[in-house]
Amino acid sequence: MFSYIIKRLVVAIPTLLVLMVLSFLLMHAAPGGPFTYEKKLPPEVLANLNAKYGLDQPLWRQMVSYVWGIIAHFDFGPSFVYKDRDVNEIIAQGFPVTLYYGSIAFVVAVVTGVTLGVVAAVRQNSLIDYFAVGLSIGAQVLPNFVMAPVLVLVFALWLGWLPAGGWEGGEISHVILPVIALATSYMASIARITRSSMLEVLTSNHVRTARAKGLPEHKVILRHALKPSLIPVISYLGPAFVAMITGSVVVDSFFSTGGIGKAFVDSALNRDYAVMMGITLLVGVLTIIFNLLVDILYAWIDPKIRY
Amino acid sequence: MVLSSIDMSALAERLAADEVKGRSLWADARSRFIRNKAAVGGLILLIVITLYALAAAHVSPYAYDTADFMIMGHAAELGAPSWESGHYFGVDNDGFDVFVRTAFGTRISLFVGIVGSAIAVIVGTLYGATAGYVGGRTDQIMMRIVDILLAIPYMFVLILLLVMFGRSLFMLFVGIGLLSWLSMARIVRGQTLSLKNKEFIQAAQAAGVPAWKIILRHIVPNLLGIVAVYATLLVPDMILTESFISFLGLGPAPPVTSLGALIAEGAGTMRYGYLWSLNAPLAFFVLTQFAFFFVGDGLRDALDPKDR
Repeated sequence: MFSYIIKRLVVAIPTLLVLMVLSFLLMHAAPGGPFTYEKKLPPEVLANLNAKYGLDQPLWRQMVSYVWGIIAHFDFGPSFVYKDRDVNEIIAQGFPVTLYYGSIAFVVAVVTGVTLGVVAAVRQNSLIDYFAVGLSIGAQVLPNFVMAPVLVLVFALWLGWLPAGGWEGGEISHVILPVIALATSYMASIARITRSSMLEVLTSNHVRTARAKGLPEHKVILRHALKPSLIPVISYLGPAFVAMITGSVVVDSFFSTGGIGKAFVDSALNRDYAVMMGITLLVGVLTIIFNLLVDILYAWIDPKIRY
Repeated sequence: MVLSSIDMSALAERLAADEVKGRSLWADARSRFIRNKAAVGGLILLIVITLYALAAAHVSPYAYDTADFMIMGHAAELGAPSWESGHYFGVDNDGFDVFVRTAFGTRISLFVGIVGSAIAVIVGTLYGATAGYVGGRTDQIMMRIVDILLAIPYMFVLILLLVMFGRSLFMLFVGIGLLSWLSMARIVRGQTLSLKNKEFIQAAQAAGVPAWKIILRHIVPNLLGIVAVYATLLVPDMILTESFISFLGLGPAPPVTSLGALIAEGAGTMRYGYLWSLNAPLAFFVLTQFAFFFVGDGLRDALDPKDR
């Protein structure tokens, strides 16, 4: 197990370095610098600004100091637009919010998706099965940016049950709509994956044996069929997690929840490269760590995997 | 031994008759596809959507980039869809005709989807087939590169690219093209690995055909079925990606628009009490996704050798 984790880390670290170097080079290949305004700055001012942010040094030195700053002190440097804030502060402000509703959405998607998938498989060709199958097609057509306006229209504008946006320190009524918007499409995918793998497991020999020795049906399902049928679901958790973070960009913009996604869109509109890169790298790190965890979980739950 | 004349005449008759026509793989697949009602329905829907996207500008008296200043800001009272005024889907709050704008947005979205998927097909197929056929260390390095690129949060990188190099359609294609071929390369490599030990490849090798020719002439044609399936399923993914970015207002700059941008606009004005500028792009987005999903699914049933 230990050597397996090491092996996975050996892949993860170069990935991170590539991501850092790539986004750094991208930033420098871009036409126009962070201080290119419509009104041209006098050359002395520009030189001073460049010196302050270290932009007058050779490219490789800037790159090394940027990458080193992240590795050694987790420091993404100053923001290019807000003079008094650095990237860390901006991230620290928005990230807890994103993490809060993102993890709720993630748990909701996994729990309801697995439950729906299992019930649909156990009661194949029942009404609930047709519902699950129909919903799984809906996964394709109901991404967060379609769900968000529709939810606001129905629950905020027509019914007036829930607020259309805002955060208010994470009050429950402000969390419901973002979570549903974020979770629906992944819940549907997870339900589809669970259903098809459960159907396969239910015809396998060990389930027949369990039934033959007279176990009650719920024990057969929960103790013998559930675990092997979750294996394909686990491999979907990595992409689903990334999708939650990516989706938070839409949720934050649409519901004004004030998470990290809003900071990303704002910095994109302001051309605040430092913030954009900081957030991109943060997401990259999270993705890699999460995929590592999923792989370990996978190896642990599936005895067929040798590491 | 004297052959009976009856036997002889039967043989002659059979020789004179036309050869029995064999059914090719593709003909087989076509008949399976046509029997699949959902897939055919999806295809018809897709054709209708495409016709709408291409022809709407010629049918309607309005242009996608000129606003009706009389209605601007009063869309809720004056902009309702009506047959007489020629605003079939209504007018949005900026005075643009929704019918024409949605058609234009659909056209851009379809265009992005098809180009993105075409790049994936060309680059991904060649890359995956080469890696799989050559094998060994080259294969390992090539696939490790794909692994690393796949671990990058591509939506963020795509936005980064668009912001830094200008929000143009061209840059969008470059960005999508850089990222879309990765999973295709993986699928193609897997298929190539199982193909490359088949007898007909060995025969080609024994005849001294160079490696690049084997890849192009013998491997790639045998991959076309699975490539076609995944290409069809990639199109809605690409449309989704593009709409996501446009929804955030980070897509190609106006007057170029797409379904994502139109959905965002419609959602922004729905609290003014009218919905037609949300309904039309939303409906076309959902219908397009449905159509591609069913066509891709039908193609998979028809072409995927695993299900046979």
